[in-house]
Amino acid sequence: MIAIVDYGVGNLFSLQSSLKAIGAEVTITGDAAVLEKADKIILPGVGAFADAASKLKQNDLHKVVISQARQGKPLMGICLGMQLLFDESEEYGLHKGLGLIPGRVISMKGIVPDEYKIPHIGWNHLIFPQKRGHENPADKSPIFSNVNEGDCVYFVHSFFASDCSQYVTACTEYGKLLTAAVQKDNIFGCQFHPEKSGSAGLSILKSFCSL
Amino acid sequence: MITKRIIPCLDVKNGRVVKGVNFQGLSDVSSPVELAKYYSDNGADELVFYDITASAEGRALFTDILTQVASTIFIPLTVGGGINTVEDFDRVLKCGADKVSVNSGAIKNPSLISAAAEKYGSQCVVLSVDAKRVDGHYCVFAKGGRENTGMDAIQWIKKGIELGAGEIVLNSIDTDGVKKGFDLEMLRAVCDISPVPVIASGGAGSADDFIKLFKTIPEVDAGLAASIFHFGEVKIPQLKEKLKENNINVR
Repeated sequence: MIAIVDYGVGNLFSLQSSLKAIGAEVTITGDAAVLEKADKIILPGVGAFADAASKLKQNDLHKVVISQARQGKPLMGICLGMQLLFDESEEYGLHKGLGLIPGRVISMKGIVPDEYKIPHIGWNHLIFPQKRGHENPADKSPIFSNVNEGDCVYFVHSFFASDCSQYVTACTEYGKLLTAAVQKDNIFGCQFHPEKSGSAGLSILKSFCSL
Repeated sequence: MITKRIIPCLDVKNGRVVKGVNFQGLSDVSSPVELAKYYSDNGADELVFYDITASAEGRALFTDILTQVASTIFIPLTVGGGINTVEDFDRVLKCGADKVSVNSGAIKNPSLISAAAEKYGSQCVVLSVDAKRVDGHYCVFAKGGRENTGMDAIQWIKKGIELGAGEIVLNSIDTDGVKKGFDLEMLRAVCDISPVPVIASGGAGSADDFIKLFKTIPEVDAGLAASIFHFGEVKIPQLKEKLKENNINVR
């Protein structure tokens, strides 16, 4: 069973529907016991980092997510949920994340050229880092096993993960290469929304569910 | 590099798509769910649903339909029509909409934009503007283009963005329905002042009109159309092929 962490941010309807559409058994929960029993955990999120981080800390849900991930349970953070996996974010001040993946979340402002609009909204291409030797499918992050370089996914964000190059499994080009996905062992993150990325997105969710 | 978006727009009344549709292979051409699936399978990057019902029963049907669409297709959905309050945002977002488009409701009460942006984020709030040339000015029209508000469209768009609108749909009443191309002049004026994405609407009659749009105004992020897609005059897969041949980046 896949558990979507419900901590009061954002709309989980589409995420739940997309998981059902690929045949996954899914539950939306804010209950520590359910998260502990789940096979896999998805940490969603929209909105501002500080608000989401503090809501996740209510009822100590962050501790459950951290301990489950440290025990090796597959965890996927999506969009702001991905950003929460890192050490810290500089969105409206400096805020601590879950510290599951080394790195920090910074603004695109001043990083992408001025003529690029912020937020970065729309469909953009996935680029797999050369070092991972994407010619060989086995070297790709397992969540991308049925996705090709150049496939498009849907992004909506103004901040992105930086100082985490060794964990980057996909980038996207927006005047600058931005982190699109990361992986550290059993912990995965997607900056884009797989639940809004058509067939490519469903295939990414499916690969995560069948880990 | 981010791609240019192609967005079909569907008008829904009492739970059915109006403005007849002409597709082969669809068993029910007025079913929003079937049509949405057709477009999603055939290269649409996003869908816009306008609720043009006035009755409460119609509203309830619309949210039912939206729920079904959002459980079936997995691309971004924008919903507009009859959005006057933050509760209206809440109603459609709970059914699976990703963005909500405001028009007359924001003209009546501009603070609707800021209230919604604060609660759901700017990325969720689309300001849709119907504009028409009157005495050499771009004027904002309300109530589906029937009522001249006297407001200057460029000033209104600036204000909307300041209040927190995350995206602009510019529908030119002058070119709408004429099928001779988008209103490039008006779009140029809006793109010059907009730091947020701009979606062009009104006037598309052929694939060439989209090529001209994105070539002439590279800042435009998306092209929206209704009947030319519904009647199969322009098919999205072929449109995208043509855009690619013209070095316009599409999905």
